[in-house]
Amino acid sequence: MEKRNKIKLLASIAILLPALLVLYYFLQPLVDYLTYGLIGLHTETHLGASVNFFIYDTIKILILLFLISSLMGLVNAYFPVDRLRIYLTTKKLYGFQYFFAALFGAITPFCSCSSIPLFIGFVKGGIPLGVTFAFLITSPLVNEVAVAMFLGLFGIKATLVYAISGIFMGTIGGFILGKFKLDRHLSDWVKEIQANSEQESEQWETDQTPFIDRLPIIIREGWGIVKSVLLYVIIGIAIGAAMHGYVPENFFTAYLSADKWYAVPLAVILAVPMYANAAGIVPVIQVFVAKGVPLGTALAFMMAVVGLSLPEATLLKKVMKWKLIGIFFGTITVFIILLGYLFNRII
Amino acid sequence: MEIKILGTGCPKCKTLEKLTREVVEQNGIDATVTKVEDIYQIMKYGVMTTPALVVNEKVEIKGRIPSANEIKQVLTKTI
Repeated sequence: MEKRNKIKLLASIAILLPALLVLYYFLQPLVDYLTYGLIGLHTETHLGASVNFFIYDTIKILILLFLISSLMGLVNAYFPVDRLRIYLTTKKLYGFQYFFAALFGAITPFCSCSSIPLFIGFVKGGIPLGVTFAFLITSPLVNEVAVAMFLGLFGIKATLVYAISGIFMGTIGGFILGKFKLDRHLSDWVKEIQANSEQESEQWETDQTPFIDRLPIIIREGWGIVKSVLLYVIIGIAIGAAMHGYVPENFFTAYLSADKWYAVPLAVILAVPMYANAAGIVPVIQVFVAKGVPLGTALAFMMAVVGLSLPEATLLKKVMKWKLIGIFFGTITVFIILLGYLFNRII
Repeated sequence: MEIKILGTGCPKCKTLEKLTREVVEQNGIDATVTKVEDIYQIMKYGVMTTPALVVNEKVEIKGRIPSANEIKQVLTKTI
């Protein structure tokens, strides 16, 4: 990169980053001023509260999403999934490989169209099926969009609970699935690849691109993620904001409270046919929680929506036989339900 | 020059294909652009993240959508 461009880039980051942080910090008073001052809505009305909530949450979440996506992009620039594959195949990890795979599933930006190439890539590299599953479980469950939405709407504690239990689930789930001889349920062509897999001996060649040249790419990617979910964020928060104002307090408590044993499985079953991304679903769940649904039930619902999707299952059909898809999704379902019960008890 | 776009048909892959074609056209680069959607073929390039841009059988960019400028740089470098 030319020197002049470099200076320009650094200068814009030096302005943009603090500006975003200041905006984030003073967002509530700013939005209050906008909705109640400039637009002149009343603080006590449903409409006023909803509009205020909508503007505030949308901006807050977009800032968070941009920052988190860029941060994940940064990690991925230095530790891409190719490097993870070499790491998993060449190092003796004493059981920790499940954890690493799950952890990387969480920090790799998720794109459902990449899940098949990733799966084959792992199989081809001779990585055991269980470890591959660990990655595959966490990857859609914990992603930049879900984390940003959680952070914005539920705060840091719930976000940590969500992310850690997602990674934990991937680790344990992968480990358990790895104990069964499931390889025979792969599609025939995948089995062939598996038989010809080679333990890679190649060393990771460090990409020598200097940090300053990577930065614009990372920021572009971060912005690209924000742009791609922008519409869903706005729609999700709009629905959430509307519900906030009009759904009565404790509306859901009667049906979905923690002492009803069937609440968690019911939430999970209801979630399966829903194909929504995290951006659209978290704001609605936030309203559920605010109106009396326990957090564990809500988390289970959320995990089931993003982790158990029918389109994902059809995609996996290319590499697995139906039986294996069933086992895979069945395991995740059981885990999600157990986590739901657990959180309802401890939170 | 032979350019291939690897991708299973997701929106991102389509964007990359469109972008590449534009760059080729605007700069009068002599190249054929083909889209490879078959997963067996894609795996031959050892790519785990799509979309990917392959120039003369060499994987140049993978797992992201580059800017038009970056594609141009990659293509002119290869000529």
